[in-house]
Amino acid sequence: MTMIETFPLPVTDNVVDAGFWRACADGRLTVQNCRACGHVQHPPRAMCPACRSTELGWRDTAGTGRIWSFTVAHPPLLPAFAALAPHAVALVELDDFPGIRMVGALLRDGATMFGGVDPATLSIGAPVRVGFVPMADDVALPCWTPVNPDLSKDNAS
Amino acid sequence: MTGLKDRTAIVGIGQTRFAKMLPETELQLACIAIRAALDDAGIAPDEVDALGCFTQETTPEFEIARNLGFGELHFFSQVAHGGGAICGAIGQVCAAIALGIARVGVVWRSRKRGDPSKRQWAGVQPRIDDHWKWSRPHGLSRPADEVAMLMRRYMHDHGATREDLAGVALAQRAYANANPDALMRDKPLDLNAYLDARMIADPLCLFDNCLESDGAIAIVITSAERARDLRHRPVLVHAFSQGMSREHQLMTDYHGQDPFLSSSAATAGNLWRQSDIAPADIDVAQIYDAFSPLVLFSLENYGFCGRGEAARFVAAGETGRGGRLPVNTAGGSLSEVYLHGANLVTEAVRQLRGTAINQVADAANCLVSSCDSTPNGALVLRC
Repeated sequence: MTMIETFPLPVTDNVVDAGFWRACADGRLTVQNCRACGHVQHPPRAMCPACRSTELGWRDTAGTGRIWSFTVAHPPLLPAFAALAPHAVALVELDDFPGIRMVGALLRDGATMFGGVDPATLSIGAPVRVGFVPMADDVALPCWTPVNPDLSKDNAS
Repeated sequence: MTGLKDRTAIVGIGQTRFAKMLPETELQLACIAIRAALDDAGIAPDEVDALGCFTQETTPEFEIARNLGFGELHFFSQVAHGGGAICGAIGQVCAAIALGIARVGVVWRSRKRGDPSKRQWAGVQPRIDDHWKWSRPHGLSRPADEVAMLMRRYMHDHGATREDLAGVALAQRAYANANPDALMRDKPLDLNAYLDARMIADPLCLFDNCLESDGAIAIVITSAERARDLRHRPVLVHAFSQGMSREHQLMTDYHGQDPFLSSSAATAGNLWRQSDIAPADIDVAQIYDAFSPLVLFSLENYGFCGRGEAARFVAAGETGRGGRLPVNTAGGSLSEVYLHGANLVTEAVRQLRGTAINQVADAANCLVSSCDSTPNGALVLRC
């Protein structure tokens, strides 16, 4: 078995979540919502677990949140990530949809590729905002940029 | 009112030698372990008519049956989700025997993953369309990373430290140092070495990760009635459940209301409901430990510690020798061998037979659990 040299990417044309990836390509972070009962969820599903409707759509989010937790990956890793190590990844809870959490790599302010965020500047509760990293024609990966990382430790909840 | 309680028993255990790399194939290792388990039970191979294994097992039932000279089989089941599977594989065979579908069952796990290329995360494809698409593209790529995310939050919520978490690895290493079969038998570990170890998925260091190893283990099950006539003290299967948390997502179970109420909580509630033995009656526990935080989370979900208390419990040495609840007394996945938790079952059997290397005095009741962060299962065993 040979490890891939590239970053693994999501399939973006699965009808269940294609709308999420199209919105990302558009610079919008969305959550799936049920048109029948209003239930909101992430990751997207084929059916609303609250009312069993299959009429599902998308709602824009503010694209901001707080770090719920994070980890820092050290080798051994896939070669693409090993080149970035130590590599910080966060689980972020959205400000406008409490309880909705999304995984995302950390992205430096103004950068076009994730990585390079000093793990020592991260803390649980710190504010972040979404940034989209173009990984392929069809993939803009929603990643998280610390908001004023110098102050983030003081903001920890 | 449960139809399974004390109706079946584990009557034989067998294993190969354990090593970082073994020359035999997985099929050869499986056959050697199963032959040893049947010899241990004193049951002839042609009496076996039920098999249980993992969906990840590479040795198919027909190869096992025709290599070992089994007769006709009447029940075979496979359980998914790797580290979550062993208790389910055993419990399903027990149910088949209790229902009269089959008479003698074998459950086995044979695995070679000392070779780094065998690690599942290393086989990730360029495009992902299952649930991993929400985490792996970001670099949350290995099980250790996925568990580390929860451990950091646990530390934040409860003020736990790496020194506390070290209690898991240190207790198990001390057990392994007395176990001649353990890969880490000759390698003592102290707190300073733990704290100085290289990080794998911060806050998890090298010693919070299971071994990568080769070996096989097999377990023989039959009815409690038949077990009374066999050579060893029967280890009765007192209670069994599988469990999957509400809104579960495999390994990245981050999206439910409370990520720490894992599949273990679902298993535990239904397990204790069926059991006359309560958590306070458990003398020794074998808790799935591919990563040391899983022991903390399981101690809480199975009711041995209150929420947020497990870190102090292990830091105080309560899972070590002489502690209130000795855990993973042969060294577990961290320090004996990593066989997806099958070695936790064999150690439970040795404890209840009274033949364990690190024997807990008068051990009569043992919990065995499987992986906290996958769909899982557990067994209450007694003698």
